[in-house]
Amino acid sequence: MKNQKNKYGVKFWGLSMVFLLYILPFFMVVINSLKEKKDIIRAPLALIGEHGVTFSNFVDAAEKMDFFRALANSLFITSISTILIVLFSSMAAYIMSRKNWLACRGLFLLMILSLAIPFQVLMIPLVSIYGGIFHILNHRTTLIFMHIGFCVSMSSFLFYGTIKSTIPIELEEAASIDGCGQFQIFRKIVFPLLKPTIATTIIINALNIWNDYLLPSLILTDSKMQTLPIATRVFYGAFSADLGLLMAALVLMIVPILILYLFLQRHIIDGVVAGAVKG
Amino acid sequence: MRKRNTFRYKLVLFLVFAGPAAFCFLMVMIVPFFYGIYLTFTSWDGISAVKEFVNIENYSAVFADSQFWRSLLLTAVYSLISVVLVNILAFVLAYLVTGKVKGQNFFRAGFFTPNLIGGLVLGYIWQFVFSRALVCVGTELDIGVLSTSWLSDPYKAVAALIIVSVWQYSGFMMLIYIAGLTSVPKDLIEAGVIDGCNKWQVLKNVILPQMRSSFVICIFLSITRCFMTYDLNLSLTEGGPYGATQMAAMYVYQQAFVSKDYGAGQAEAVILFAICAVVSVIQVYIGRKNEEVLQ
Repeated sequence: MKNQKNKYGVKFWGLSMVFLLYILPFFMVVINSLKEKKDIIRAPLALIGEHGVTFSNFVDAAEKMDFFRALANSLFITSISTILIVLFSSMAAYIMSRKNWLACRGLFLLMILSLAIPFQVLMIPLVSIYGGIFHILNHRTTLIFMHIGFCVSMSSFLFYGTIKSTIPIELEEAASIDGCGQFQIFRKIVFPLLKPTIATTIIINALNIWNDYLLPSLILTDSKMQTLPIATRVFYGAFSADLGLLMAALVLMIVPILILYLFLQRHIIDGVVAGAVKG
Repeated sequence: MRKRNTFRYKLVLFLVFAGPAAFCFLMVMIVPFFYGIYLTFTSWDGISAVKEFVNIENYSAVFADSQFWRSLLLTAVYSLISVVLVNILAFVLAYLVTGKVKGQNFFRAGFFTPNLIGGLVLGYIWQFVFSRALVCVGTELDIGVLSTSWLSDPYKAVAALIIVSVWQYSGFMMLIYIAGLTSVPKDLIEAGVIDGCNKWQVLKNVILPQMRSSFVICIFLSITRCFMTYDLNLSLTEGGPYGATQMAAMYVYQQAFVSKDYGAGQAEAVILFAICAVVSVIQVYIGRKNEEVLQ
């Protein structure tokens, strides 16, 4: 017994060491965001700089990257896209799982095949179609539309699987006999039963959209519309980077997500696993 | 009731339910996909209104472009090493975390943290670590390998990319392995122990064969993610030094949006697609075979 306890101890300390290595980069950024530029260059490893702790980096960085505007943009784009993805894909999945029509099967097959298309194949045509033909780049709505287009197939599969495997069709037949139309059946019976999958879909898509850089950078070139990831690029322009501001900007980027993670940890982890394993 | 079998009723029903999703999906993925294939047969600089038809000139140019193939080779090597390391580390972490150890949930949540943050920000964080913090460690302690920035050496910069990818993805894959490990039936393990297996034998003969599908999922997820790396490549090395770490996804971007050669860029993208398609087909094939084995 004693031997076993000891073993768990070794495991625990081993994991702790790896864990420290994992969070060390974050830690480095946080301590350096509180130093003056001179101190960062001279001693990036020191806990506190020679000139003491300063919060001015945060103020300057927030101003330079227009943090609050970018935050508002990111929040707006992520929330609207995610809500619409949940609505559209749950409805599409419902009709595809309940009707064996040619159109349903065709759409489903196309969605499966589309999973093999990498983003790089679509980025040039997207810019060329929506910029060159329709001239609607630089609108947040365009970006939201594209996020929806990219995410509906994956989300539809999640809903499709749940509806097929967990929602009894007898329930819907009963509602139909009671006089419910197809849309009412969906709204009052099916949609409420999809709650766990809705949570999964929201988490996966919100994380992806929030962190996406390439698509927004192609669509939104106007600095007023920038999302958070694009805004960080400001610090890596032609001018040599001011390390203090940069560190502060990175902390500003990380902190909102970490706070959310602290509260929703279990849901986020479960959601990500469900999304990866079923998809 | 009487209307429910007419074609019009079905059409309206389909459009109401699947219409919005289908419209966005078709307009953002399917139409651009085919339009993109058309683009590979034209030469377009991004500005002029006419797209001149050039036959297969773009493809022959791409096949002759040694830099593209070099970036593709680099991507393959980077992906191969990353995938192997990610999966080994992820499995070891999952195995340790699911054993009887204090603070399981804490470790699980902690190792996953990098995946919450976009590749761009992660790259910037590590750029600071490699170019400042590690250099400082190297000079203070007089360690030769660390005393110059890894990002300014072509080979070490690739190593840096691999390290960051392993750091990021291992936490994600760990979660999938944990799900796999916890679904291995307890009585199978007990039976093994009763039959006199030691820990290593239980792992090799009982647990690993039960986790085939987890391995397939993780390996293919990490292949596709590594192969299409762009954000991290951009923020950590920007393709440098001297373009030595420019991987395929980034090369396509440069070709199209920096060199303004959209036709050739798209032709390269289509080649990337072909590779992805082959990988997906292999995945589906192995997945099917797996099901047969399990049944």
